[in-house]
Amino acid sequence: MLPRPLAAVLLVLLAALPLFGVFPSFWVTLANNIGLAALIAMGLVLLTGVGGMTSFGQAAFVGFGGYTTALLTTAWGISPWLSLFASLAVTGVMALILGLVTVRLAGHYLPLGTLAWGISLYYLFGKVDFLGRHDGIGGIPAPSVFGISLIDPRAMYPVIWGAVSLSAWATINLLNSRSGRAIRALRGHGEMARSFGVDKSRFKLLVFVYAALLAGLSGWLYAHVQRAVNPTPFGVVPGMEYLFMAVLGGAGQVGGAILGAGLVIVLKDVLQRVTPQLFGPDLQIEAVVFGAIILATLQFARDGLWPRLAGILLQPKAPLQPVDAAPLPKRAASPPTPGPLLALDGVTKKFGGLVAVNNVSFGVGRGEIVALIGPNGAGKSTTFDLVTGVQALTSGRVSFDGASLANATPNIVAARGIGRTFQHTKLVADMTLLENVAIGAHQRGSANALSSILRLDRAEEARLLAEAQRQIVRVGLGQHTATHAGNLALGQQRIAEIARALALDPRLLLLDEPAAGLRHFEKVALAELLRQLRAEGMTILLVEHDMGFVMGLVDRIVVLDFGVKIAEGKPEAIRSDPAVIEAYLGGVE
Amino acid sequence: MDSTIVLFLLQDGITNGAVYALLGFALVLVFTITRVIFIPQGEFVAFGGLTYAALRAGNVPNTVPLLMIFGVLALLAGLWARRKSWSTAITVRDIALTVLLPALVWALALALGNTPRPAAVDVLLTIAIVAPMGPYLYRIAFEPLVEASVLTLFIAAIAVHLGMTALGLAFFGPEGLRAPPLLAGSMTLGPLLITGQSMAVYITVLVLIVALWLLFGFTLSGKALRATAINRAGARLVGIATEQAGRIAFGLAAILGAISGILIVPTTTLYYDSGFLVGMKGFVAAIVGGLASYPLTGLAALAIGTAEAFAAFHASAYKEVIVFALVMPVLLWRSLGAAQSHDEEE
Repeated sequence: MLPRPLAAVLLVLLAALPLFGVFPSFWVTLANNIGLAALIAMGLVLLTGVGGMTSFGQAAFVGFGGYTTALLTTAWGISPWLSLFASLAVTGVMALILGLVTVRLAGHYLPLGTLAWGISLYYLFGKVDFLGRHDGIGGIPAPSVFGISLIDPRAMYPVIWGAVSLSAWATINLLNSRSGRAIRALRGHGEMARSFGVDKSRFKLLVFVYAALLAGLSGWLYAHVQRAVNPTPFGVVPGMEYLFMAVLGGAGQVGGAILGAGLVIVLKDVLQRVTPQLFGPDLQIEAVVFGAIILATLQFARDGLWPRLAGILLQPKAPLQPVDAAPLPKRAASPPTPGPLLALDGVTKKFGGLVAVNNVSFGVGRGEIVALIGPNGAGKSTTFDLVTGVQALTSGRVSFDGASLANATPNIVAARGIGRTFQHTKLVADMTLLENVAIGAHQRGSANALSSILRLDRAEEARLLAEAQRQIVRVGLGQHTATHAGNLALGQQRIAEIARALALDPRLLLLDEPAAGLRHFEKVALAELLRQLRAEGMTILLVEHDMGFVMGLVDRIVVLDFGVKIAEGKPEAIRSDPAVIEAYLGGVE
Repeated sequence: MDSTIVLFLLQDGITNGAVYALLGFALVLVFTITRVIFIPQGEFVAFGGLTYAALRAGNVPNTVPLLMIFGVLALLAGLWARRKSWSTAITVRDIALTVLLPALVWALALALGNTPRPAAVDVLLTIAIVAPMGPYLYRIAFEPLVEASVLTLFIAAIAVHLGMTALGLAFFGPEGLRAPPLLAGSMTLGPLLITGQSMAVYITVLVLIVALWLLFGFTLSGKALRATAINRAGARLVGIATEQAGRIAFGLAAILGAISGILIVPTTTLYYDSGFLVGMKGFVAAIVGGLASYPLTGLAALAIGTAEAFAAFHASAYKEVIVFALVMPVLLWRSLGAAQSHDEEE
């Protein structure tokens, strides 16, 4: 296995080969084509592999990039280097417009949507007069550097692969940042991300535009390599092929995009040259072979080939380590308001005719641990959803620190200083514990995607990771910092969720059945942690089933049954309350 | 634009829309039962139309050897899936269904040769050639992925679409084919001139709708299909073989596709790749129906056919641009109605 730096050096040496004349020019053209496709596939890595949005329409963005520069350089004689900005701008604006609609599509409607506008735009390119209809635009000039024209494919090679390298660097930077963690949580963990203040739609749109810009850049390069554009390479079939490159290589990683593009381009080229000799000119066997390979990949290596190849060739990547950094600013302490920290007043939630929560009132005082208990269907989880902003109140009032939480979305609830955990743990399995906990601190950072791409966010990033590390140590998971969340035991996952909530610097912790499914010793450790947090001044509201766990730990208990509060008081009093006994055990005949 | 033109465009639109409705039904059927967003549905249309046209012209259609290839691949896929649990009985049954059946169809096509025969014989033979491709395809591409997510199945469907289009080119070549009308002559109904071909389309579509209704409403296998569509795990628990349900769904989809092709090929020259766009219009209808409702899908298909006819009259160059651009608002509307849990699926 190769150490990663050595592999990088080898790669650079390999990449320099085509610069020399002995390297056949036919192979240079192939390498150029791989680079052009790799740029688009890299966008799909982010969009599909990481962000979970499958797009068959990327070829249309290549078209916007290509047609823009074709039009500007031929009709208006503008320098290709200037039209690069125009190509990116046009692609970006179109992606913004299409993206505003597309990222709002749910589930499988999203790929269907990309297919629809992909077809539509392809026909549009072929019908518009000033884009030359089906013939397209020819005679595009080659760009030149210091008076040297880059007309030879060998001269374009460093430009193309320079663009690929820069894009790979930018993409990796983006993924390993505050924005990147939010993006990696989009797929399958949208609800969790929202409750830590991640604006889901904004990040989806960001990824969409970013992927489109990479495609637009590829389009600009394509136009100047081919020096002609027509609608064919911008249709849905090429769009499907780009997606296949990402799937084949491995849609989650930048290396996968380059590997996938390389395999597909080389394979297509070989098949296109070999099959006419074997089967005659009409048989385009490459698409059949191609389809079969994709089906096989989906069946046998759903994560693509890159993770397997990298596992054999490369030493595993060193996990992200926290460094010492100044602590993040704490939440400004507001002057204490009278009354409890969290107050529910006549809270009611109706689902049609069903009253799930009926006129429930109680408060949680500062520094208290309060448990909300009740039999199945008592309305505990609904009450929890009402406080966290997941569901809207039908009537009543929830106030936090004296101010109303009415109509607050999960983002706002998080911003007010309420951190939560989930009944079914929601950790991003392929991120380390450190990265998962850092999502909790999302709102305490402010670096945007652009500064992450340019690595201008490193100071803040260090502080975010240091904060995550502090919370991990605080809950006692210090030796698991670099473990992938998917490899943690359930008990550790529940504790990790508490660490993530703590990273928000909360004033109130909401825990949704923290002891469910835990073994005895894990429960003991959890209770110990919660006592420690209370001793540090934290206020905690927990929903729980486990009476034994609650009794020895909490200050007060609120009991719900059929949506109504039937008792409230100290554990000892609740234990002997006849209404509670009846609700849990049934009435005495 | 006077009323004659309006009536003519309406009629044209409804004729096209009726075919889109059939395809939309097939897509809803396949999606509800197998969760596959079946993009290759259009290939069945192209294969069906080209097969029928070739048969009418007295040729042995190239789909016949293609069917044999699909059959052999399905057999191999079955053997691979059962590599750890060999069963002679199942293997014999599989060979009969995947090799003997295509051989039989091949022999029949050869025997008929260019003997003159009624169109109905060719219609039935076309269905016999195209229909088994559906279950074969399911066996090859989708049964191994039965537990995969909708998106993975979608990507698989796209791969199948590309492969089948290429096979279409290999077996049919780049030239298009056209067939004579199904019913000759025409009749006038007030200001309307209705061709025999249009009548054939209306009658076929109505008969098929009634047939599907009878199948799902009154037969045990139809009810088993519905049960699988509503709750796959539950259907398995009460003893319904859901793989079987998937194969039947694909078989029905292939039949509906082949019939659509037969209905189209007398009015439009079909090429090996014509199916995709036709199928996509069926798709748009199925999406309006939420990939779940048959009546909504049917109505939407008629609306699309009509919109397309009017778009073709006013801005024929932009027909496809307009039809597919109209999908976005529909998708958006569908997404807003869809449960929030949708994107938590994976």
